[in-house]
Formats: sequence, C-alpha cells, structure tokens
Amino acid sequence: MKLKLNVWRQRNGASQGAFVSYDANDVSKDMSFLEMLDVLNEELMGKGQDPIAFDHDCREGICGMCSMVINGRPHGPQKNTTACQLHMRQFNDGDEITIEPWRAKAFPVIKDLAVDRGALDRIIQAGGYVSVSTGNAPDGNAIPVPKPDSDRAFDAAACIGCGACVAACPNASAMLFTSAKVAHLALLPQGQPERMERVLKMVAAMDNEDFGGCTNHGECEAACPKGISLENIALMNRDFVKATLGKRPERAASGD
Amino acid sequence: MNLDSKSPSGPIDKKWESHQFEMKLVNPANKRKHTVIVVGTGLAGASAAAAMGELGYNVLSFCYQDSPRRAHSIAAQGGINAAKNYQNDGDSVFRLFYDTVKGGDFRARESNVHRLAEISVKIIDQCVAQGVPFAREYGGLLSNRSFGGAQVSRTFYARGQTGQQLLIGAYQAMERQVAAGTVKAYTRHEMLELVVIDGVARGIVTRDMVTGKIESWSADAVVLATGGYGNVFYLSTNAKGCNTTAIWRAYKKGAAFANPCYTQIHPTCIPVSGDHQSKLTLMSESLRNDGRVWVPLKKGDKRSPDQIPEAERDYYLERKYPSYGNLAPRDISSRAAKQVCDEGRGVGETGFGVYLDFSDAIKRLSEAKVAEKYGNLFEMYERITGENPYKVPMRIYPAIHYTMGGLWVDYNLQSTIPGLHVIGEANFSDHGANRLGASALMQGLADGYFILPYTIGHYLVTAKPGKVSTDHPEFKKAEAEVAARTSRFLGMKGKRTVDSFHKELGKIMWEYCGMARTEAGLKKALELIPKLREEFHQNLNVLGSADEMNQSLEKAGRLADFLELGELLCLDALERRESCGGHFREEFQDEGEAKRDDANFAHVAAWEYTGEGKAPKRNIEPLDFEYVHLQTRSYK
Amino acid sequence: MTAIAPPVSSPGLLVTTVARKVIMALTGVVLTGFVLIHMIGNLLLYQGPEALNHYGELLQSKPPLVWTARLVLLACVALHIWAATTLTLANWAARPVGYRKTAYEASTYASRTMRWGGPLLLLFIVYHLLHFTVGSVHPDFVRGDVYHNVVVGFQNPLVAFFYALSMVALSLHLFHGVESMLQTMGLSHPKYNGLRKVIGVAYAAVVAVGNLSFPLSVFFGLVR
Ligand SMILES: Cc1cc2nc3c(=O)[nH]c(=O)nc-3n(C[C@H](O)[C@H](O)[C@H](O)COP(=O)(O)OP(=O)(O)OC[C@H]3O[C@@H](n4cnc5c(N)ncnc54)[C@H](O)[C@@H]3O)c2cc1C
Ligand code: HEM
Ligand code: HEM
Ligand code: SF4
Ligand code: F3S
Ligand code: FES
Repeated sequence: MKLKLNVWRQRNGASQGAFVSYDANDVSKDMSFLEMLDVLNEELMGKGQDPIAFDHDCREGICGMCSMVINGRPHGPQKNTTACQLHMRQFNDGDEITIEPWRAKAFPVIKDLAVDRGALDRIIQAGGYVSVSTGNAPDGNAIPVPKPDSDRAFDAAACIGCGACVAACPNASAMLFTSAKVAHLALLPQGQPERMERVLKMVAAMDNEDFGGCTNHGECEAACPKGISLENIALMNRDFVKATLGKRPERAASGD
Repeated sequence: MNLDSKSPSGPIDKKWESHQFEMKLVNPANKRKHTVIVVGTGLAGASAAAAMGELGYNVLSFCYQDSPRRAHSIAAQGGINAAKNYQNDGDSVFRLFYDTVKGGDFRARESNVHRLAEISVKIIDQCVAQGVPFAREYGGLLSNRSFGGAQVSRTFYARGQTGQQLLIGAYQAMERQVAAGTVKAYTRHEMLELVVIDGVARGIVTRDMVTGKIESWSADAVVLATGGYGNVFYLSTNAKGCNTTAIWRAYKKGAAFANPCYTQIHPTCIPVSGDHQSKLTLMSESLRNDGRVWVPLKKGDKRSPDQIPEAERDYYLERKYPSYGNLAPRDISSRAAKQVCDEGRGVGETGFGVYLDFSDAIKRLSEAKVAEKYGNLFEMYERITGENPYKVPMRIYPAIHYTMGGLWVDYNLQSTIPGLHVIGEANFSDHGANRLGASALMQGLADGYFILPYTIGHYLVTAKPGKVSTDHPEFKKAEAEVAARTSRFLGMKGKRTVDSFHKELGKIMWEYCGMARTEAGLKKALELIPKLREEFHQNLNVLGSADEMNQSLEKAGRLADFLELGELLCLDALERRESCGGHFREEFQDEGEAKRDDANFAHVAAWEYTGEGKAPKRNIEPLDFEYVHLQTRSYK
Repeated sequence: MTAIAPPVSSPGLLVTTVARKVIMALTGVVLTGFVLIHMIGNLLLYQGPEALNHYGELLQSKPPLVWTARLVLLACVALHIWAATTLTLANWAARPVGYRKTAYEASTYASRTMRWGGPLLLLFIVYHLLHFTVGSVHPDFVRGDVYHNVVVGFQNPLVAFFYALSMVALSLHLFHGVESMLQTMGLSHPKYNGLRKVIGVAYAAVVAVGNLSFPLSVFFGLVR
C-alpha cells in the first residue's frame, strides 16, 4: 500500500509545531500502525531527517503508553483498539492519514506526538487507592464479594490510563478516567471506608489540573480502547453529590 | 568474589522466621533519614517503593516510562500463584516450594524458594485488600485455576489481565506514598550508571528523557527492579523499552551476573509476519487447555488447514507426550514446534508457525462457551493477524518471554556490591533454570512488599552507610562517563540505525542461542557478536541532540549494553555443558529430553566483570538439595 | 513530577466542575418542567380566547404564587447560565490547540451546540417577556387578552419566524439536555440507558411539535 501521512511535528514544548507530509510507499497490511511509523522513521533517518517521536512501550494494548490521534480519532478508527494494536489492514491503498498528538492543555506536548500525562498520576495520588499498608491485610477470602460486583469493578479497573478519553472529549475532560478509578473502588467492599472522601478528593484533584468539564458528549466512551462505560461517570456524579451533601465538618486530629 | 548466600541455618520452614527476628530494625524516627533509590516501578519496584514509603523511608523512584503504571509487569496475563489451598486440592507451602524447585530443574536455591512459597499467601491477602479485582466464584470467594502444568489449582487471576491489576494495585499504593511525601516519583528518567564509592553502592546517574539533563542521585542504598533482558533477542514478548542497562552497568561496577543463559521461551506467541515486526505478542498459555497443536504430516504442504484431512495431520504433542499432550511444559512444547518447523512442516507464509486448532473444542463445547473462555484472546489474535480463530486455526510460534538469569543476590536480595539490592526479574531469581507459569508475579511482589523492606533495614543498621554528596568525585566521574557515551553516539554519524543493529543481534541470538544451542553455534555467535559490536561503535547513525527527547539515543544506549550482554549470555551457554530448564544444549539430551549434569553443574554460575576487553570470570555458588531430591524431569 | 491536589474544603466543592454540572442539571429539571407545563397551558390557544384568557387570569389572580414561581425560575435561569458560562469557558481553555481533523462518533450536533443554543434561548426569553408579559415590543398589546396578544404577535412573519427558530433551538437543547441531565444526576443503568435516550427524544419532540405549532398555526391562519 501507499499512504500519505500528515504528521504533527513539534521540536519541544516551547516551539511552534506544524504538519509535515510524508509518503509511506511500502506499507504491508500486516504491519501495526506503529510498525508503519517505525519503517517511516528508518527511512527518515536514512535521509538524515529527525525521526518522529511517539510514545509506546508494550505494543500489546495494555500499558497505555501509545497515544496519537489518527484521522480525528484517538487510537484510530478501530473500536476497542489502541494505536499499537491497530493494524494497517484497516486502511486502504492511497489513503491520506492525519496523525496528531493528544490535544489538551493538561497534556502539554513534549515532542511531536509525545505528551505529558502526569496529570493523570496526580489524580490517582489524590485518593485513587485503598489505604492499607503492607502486611496487615485480612485473609483474601475474609470478605466475600458478589461476583457481579467484582466483575463490574474489574470492568472499571481495566482502564489503562492512556488519556484517549481526554483526547476525544470535545471539552478535554478527564471524567471517564477519574470515574473509572472511583467506580472500581466504590464497587468493592474494600473501597467502602474511603468511598466518600475519595470521590471528593479525586474530583478536586481533577479540577486542579487543566481539564475541562463533562457535558455528556460520550466521545470518551467511544474512543476508550478498554470500553470503559459512561455508567462510571454517572456513578461518580452520584457519589459526589452524596459525599458533598453528607460531608461533616473536619474534626481536628486528636493527639493520642 | 564472595558468593556467600547468607541462607540462615535451621529447618527450611523456620529459616525466614528466625532470620526476620535476627535482622536488625531501624528506629522508626530514623527511617525518614534514610534515602533509598528504587529503579523500576514494575511489580517489584512499585511494591518495594510503596512498602518502604509506608515504613517511613525516603524513597526515590525512577522509571523510563511516562508513568510508573506502565512498567512491563502490566502485560502479564495468566495469573499469580499462591499456596492458599482454597480449592482443598492438596496444595501447601511445601508443595509450591517443591514444584518450583523441581520446575526450575534443580538450579535454584532452596532457602529462597521456600521463603517465596511461604510469602505467597500474604501477597493475595494484600492485593485483595488493595482492591485488586481477582476472579471470583458465584459464592463471592476467590477463584483459582491450574496453570502451566501444575497438578493443583493455585493460580489467582483477573481475567487475562492479572499483571495489570496487580501492578495497578502496587502503583496505587505507591502513589499513596507519593501523596504522603515519602516517595518521590521521577518518571521518564533512565538510569545510565551506578555509582559505587569505596566498594559500596551509593547512588545512580540518570538522564531526564525530556530535557536530556544528566543528574546524580545519592542514597543510603540502591535497589534495582528493572526487569528482564529478553530484548537482547530483539523480538520478544517484552515491551519495547525493556533493557539490561541498569543491571549491566551494575555488573560492570562489580555485581556478579548469574546464569545469563537461562532464558525462557513461550510456546504460544503470534508468529512473525515480516521484516517490519517490532515485537511478539503472547497468547495466554491457557489456550492450550482446549486448543490442539498440529502441523501437516507432509513437508511443504501449502494447502489451507481445512483442506488437510485428519489423517494427514500430525498432532505432534499428543503423539510424543501422550500423558501431557498439548499441555506439555513450555520448553518442551517450544522445542517440539521448532523441530517440526525445521523439518519443513511449519505453517503460514514464513513456515515458522504451527496450528493451534479450536475446532474440536468448538464442537465439544459450542462456540459460545469457547468465546466465554477465550473471547478476548481470540479478538486480540484477529486484530493482529486479520484471521478469525473460530474459523481458521490459530498459528503460533515460540518466542523469548522471560529471563531467569540476572544479577546474583544473596538471601537478603543484596548483590555482590554492598548496598545494591536487586529484586524482581532483574535478579537471578528463585526460578532456577526454568520459571513456572504465574510465578514471576509472585516473586516480584514477594521481593518488593515482604522481603526487601526488612532486609534493607538490616543493611542500613549494620552497614551504616552514612551520607554522601553528589559532589563526590565518583558521581562526577560517572556523570562524565554518561555524557561521553552520549556524545560518542551522537558524534559517530555513521550509516546504520540502531534498530538495524538490534535486529541483527536478535537474529544471531535467536539462531545460535535460542531454543536449542550447540557448541559450534555458540562459538559462531561469540565471533559474530563482537564484530557486530565493533561495527556498531563505528557506523551508528543517531540524529538529533542530547538535550531533548531523543528516542534513537535512548535505544542506542540500551543496545550498546545488549551487545555486551549478548556475548556473556552465549559464553555462559557455552560453559554450561548440560541441558537444564530453558537452557537446551543439543549435545546433552535423551531423545529430546534435557539431560542435566548434576555432578558438574548443580551450581549457579556468577560472572564477574574483570575489565574492558578482558574475559569475564566464572564464579560458582554450589547448590544443595536437602529437601527436594534431585530427580529427572519426565513428561512422557 | 508530582504536585499534590489541594485539601478538599466544603465550599470549594460547590464550584467543582461536577458540582456545577449538577447545578445545571437540577436547574434544568425545573426549567424543563416549566417548559412542558407552559406548553400544555398554551395548548388552550386551540380552545379559543375564553379558555386561554381564563387560564391567564387564573394564574395572575394569585400574586404570591406567581412571584414565587417567577423568582424560582429566575434563580434557576441565573444559576443555569452561571454554571453553563463558567464551564463553557473552562472547556474552551482546556484545549487551546485544536485538532486539524475531527471525527465525532458519539456526540451529536445537539450536544456540541448546547453552548450556542443556550444564549439564543436567553435572547428568546428576554424578547419573549418583553413581547407577551411586559408588552413593550408588541405592536398591539392588550393586558389580560392573552389570546389577542398571541395571535396578533405571531401575525408578524419575522416574529413568528424568530419564535419558530427559537423553538427549534430549544428542542435541540433539550434533545441532548434531558438525557444529559439524567446522566448528570447519576441515573445510569445499562438496562435503562436506552429508556433515558427515549425520554430525551420524546420530550424534545413533544416540546418541538407543541411549541412550534403556535407560531405556525397563527402564521398560516389556522388560528386567528
Ligand atoms: C507478555 C508477558 C506475560 C507474562 N505473564 C505472566 C504471568 O501470567 N504470570 C507471571 O507470574 N509472570 C508473567 N510474566 C512475567 C512477569 O510479568 C515479569 O517477570 C514481571 O512482571 C517482572 O516484573 P519486574 O517488576 O521485575 O519488572 P518490570 O515490570 O519489567 O519493570 C521494570 C521497571 O524498570 C524500569 N526500568 C528498566 N530499566 C530502567 C532504566 N535503565 N532506568 C530506569 N528505569 C528502568 C522500567 O521503567 C520499569 O518500571 C509475563 C511476562 C510477559 C512479557
Ligand atoms: C411558542 C411558544 C410559546 C408561546 C406561545 C408562549 C406564550 C406565552 C404567553 C402568552 C405568555 C404570557 C402569559 C401571561 O402573561 O399570562 C408567556 C409568558 C412566559 N413565557 Fe412563554 N410562550 C412560549 C414559549 C416559551 C418558552 C420556550 C419559554 C422558556 C424558555 C417561555 C417562558 C415564558 C415566561 C418565563 C413567561 C412569563 C411568565 C410570567 O412570569 O408571567 N415561553 N408565554
Ligand atoms: C428554557 C430554558 C432552558 C432549559 C429548559 C434548559 C435545560 C437544560 C438542561 C436540561 C440541560 C442539561 C443539564 C445537564 O447536562 O446536566 C442544560 C444544559 C445546558 N444549558 Fe440549558 N436550559 C435552558 C436555558 C439555557 C440558557 C439560557 C443557556 C445559556 C446561557 C443554557 C445553556 C446550557 C448549557 C451550556 C448547557 C450544558 C450543556 C450540556 O450539559 O451538555 N441553557 N440545559
Ligand atoms: S478511561 Fe479509557 S480512554 Fe480513558 S484513560 Fe482509561 S483506558 Fe484510556
Ligand atoms: S466525551 Fe467529554 S463531555 Fe463527558 S461524556 Fe465524555 S467526558
Ligand atoms: S504501546 Fe502499550 S498500549 Fe500501546
């Protein structure tokens, strides 16, 4: 196959970027999208041109590192598929493909297609965990968890933290990501003790970054490679209201 | 070189308990005064950082990805073992210990393995408490499956994403400590040098992968949790960034490298599709529970699989290993696949593939039932190959998957350099010559949550490393070395790209040091690798500059180390004149079965760096088998 | 590297994006309720002058009730607009550099034009109050004769057109708004999500047909 690529090139965060067109002339349908870029990069380097920088690591759709908007869709046109798992048989000879980085103020561009997603880690830091220190856990079977709850928690926990939801959202909102973590822990008995506090802290942390708000467009769910459901956003909204209304005044920490 | 394992004395099931009591404790008020560097945020590194942060140490954590959550542990699919005996099928700590030693083909240290089995049960408890959504039965209790040829169901799993869920648990625990201020996370920071002062590990030098800044970090102890080196083969199931740099730098600073030749091949990966191939994807081994492996009886049979009648198919695993059949252990089924392909009976365009056929399972169970069990995997397969495995048999081929070798560590997980601890896949591990399925996750978390936090305290109290500033000349020297290496790569302005060298190295390794090794082949590799390395250092093309994100530069540094490690790996394989576990020497076999030489090789080979251009020294740690008696593995 | 989110304080919570969304949804409930009731009331137009005027009188005869309702509505509109405006500004700021190519999959024309339909509605409401309640922009306003005011008002093609346009905007706003409002209030369940969509569409359709019918039927002379 022959393809025409329009790729966003930007030297670093401080410089202006622009689209540059490349011809990819020898593309096999068995290549993954990233392998297609690898081949292009080898060619560019042969010509003494700087290769296109893009993030990737596992190349099997689980680490969440790969991140690029392909023809207007984060991770490309195939449903439930990360860019690294997208294969060139999804395209046709002669196609023109536009490749852009995640676009969000909260995800500043580092170089070309690579962006800084540290904001997502900071949301987790605010409360995306169960506060159990190592060593004092009860037996794994001490608390039975109904299978349907556990399955739903898993569905939410399947988020790979890629940020495609933010990239897809017309408002660049991180609601799907944040709610996936809130829901994962809210659906399990182990998450209950901190459930209310957690949702308040995580929403506050999310707002503290440069994300937009949610207006229920649903693009995030459609772009999410792991099929994280909008239901999680509804759950987070519900918990947030409950937690806000039910919040008691802080108690001063007592000495001992 | 001192290879004292420091295994405590006493009966095996009391060693860890008494050792825990005997180890010195750090006064709680003093913990925050101790800085510990943890390189790596996989299961081993993230759990260690979290657990030490909880104890109050000042932890500096590093990883090369943009978030700690992306470490390669995330990709583990199958599960994690623990001797819980929830299924009442006769499992016990001793049985897990026994299976691991035997599975490792009697090349692991008994005391470490027993401790691993003891701790396994606590790991599950900890992870459940963190909210890891393990698979459950309808009654709400944890579900188990049997995995990798075990006779009991002791594997805990979270669909096909166990590694992901465990790592997210550890990552969250670590982020909790980041919020608490005990852990500082430096992402996109690659460790490029270890700093050793007066024989003691005192810090590291990193490169900020965004700005290119080269920086020194000093600490009271350094922990490497940097994963395996399977990418020395270029194509493997590892993530693209997995590298040997951290442990290789440590090796060159005096840490012994143990058993580099113990590499594991996974039998069920998606075959290579062409020259562009950048990595190989694992399909969970569980597929072999229902899939039947076959190739055509005739050489070069190019008919499509549905045109080949039953009588002209060779279900070679069922034929050769009637009692285990398609579930024969990883190394055995891998070699059997290679054998039939070498005979010219391989399938697919390249001829390097065998069928894994589900048509009988679909007839027996219905398509819906098969989909319920393997739906995700089938989808993944179809995404990659464009073929529908419900209709056409899957094609699979073995690929490099795991490396049992790594830096030598004693019972306290300390390397031969005082102060340098090594955990997870990066150490030479508890798996001997072959790792059982679902045991790497167990080991990483045992090391990180439950062993290292104790042993490091003991080190800090007994060794009293004291403070050292990054202005120390050794730090400056290390920084200068890193900078020099970087500018050498950038200054060469040769013709070939990093990847072209890496692919070539991979081909050499796979050809001569892959599934089956021979003396002649290894010697050939030992000629080819230094030549390739020489060319690499003269004809490399790395563009761009040092003070920006430069992915070719990153890759060049990693490949430079792989080019050295590859040689050591082949040397170790050559010197180990026996077959054991993942190390198969064609000269040493009984009709395809690995033939160990316990009289001469029941030991760990720990390689010592002796200087640039000099032959490394092979040291030995003898292994005793007091509790699991030496016996030959047989799966016939 | 790592910065840590600020502590969570109660007043701060009310201005989080989620809280403002909820405020928009709750005020949305009041406003949608009003729109529906108002439309049903206006259907009396088809029963002739007495019915409609009588209804108008009935409402005006209880000043405390009317003023409470007006204040509630006003407050809702104000809050709704405050939340909508601040969120819209934040949303714009969140993506300073846009995409060259966009390919929407799940969002709708309605969902993407909420922020334009809203201000149009505000414009409409202001005009509408001056038109039928205050009468200052009405060519022949007779206080108390609602029927007359409506009929005369809509005989002007420009006015009828503006009303019709506004009602289309309103329906679009509600086409996404109702479904969105339910999601924001946390009403989401795989079994009923289809229903939620149906409610949204049905509501928007009913309001569209009902409200469009008034200017159109007067303009085309069906009601005079
Ligand atoms: C596809 C696949 C499936 C698997 N399935 C299973 C399974 O089902 N069960 C099982 O038990 N095991 C499984 N394994 C093995 C297991 O996943 C790994 O052995 C284990 O996760 C390794 O964990 P780790 O913490 O040692 O290293 P990793 O998870 O590899 O982490 C390495 C860390 O080190 C960092 N790092 C590396 N080099 C540097 C450097 N130079 N500077 C800074 N940071 C660095 C990386 O950023 C990363 O954070 C599987 C492995 C693969 C590849
Ligand atoms: C075509 C459709 C509509 C018609 C024919 C219509 C008609 C009227 C009339 C005749 C009145 C005056 C009632 C009175 O004074 O007794 C009125 C008042 C009002 N209308 Fe409408 N209306 C329409 C649509 C709307 C819409 C869509 C809204 C809101 C978004 C709205 C909001 C109001 C308000 C707020 C008042 C003032 C009520 C008060 O406080 O007295 N109307 N409308
Ligand atoms: C008759 C008056 C109005 C009604 C009945 C109404 C109703 C609604 C409803 C139900 C929602 C959905 C809330 C949610 O998603 O949770 C909404 C959202 C919104 N409204 Fe209104 N609204 C009205 C007027 C206005 C006005 C005057 C403006 C503008 C200034 C406006 C701007 C918006 C915006 C921007 C949204 C957010 C979009 C979204 O949530 O998708 N609305 N409105
Ligand atoms: S919710 Fe989906 S799109 Fe968003 S970060 Fe998680 S996996 Fe990626
Ligand atoms: S696309 Fe954006 S608006 Fe909400 S539903 Fe998803 S976050
Ligand atoms: S590279 Fe890991 S998800 Fe794509």
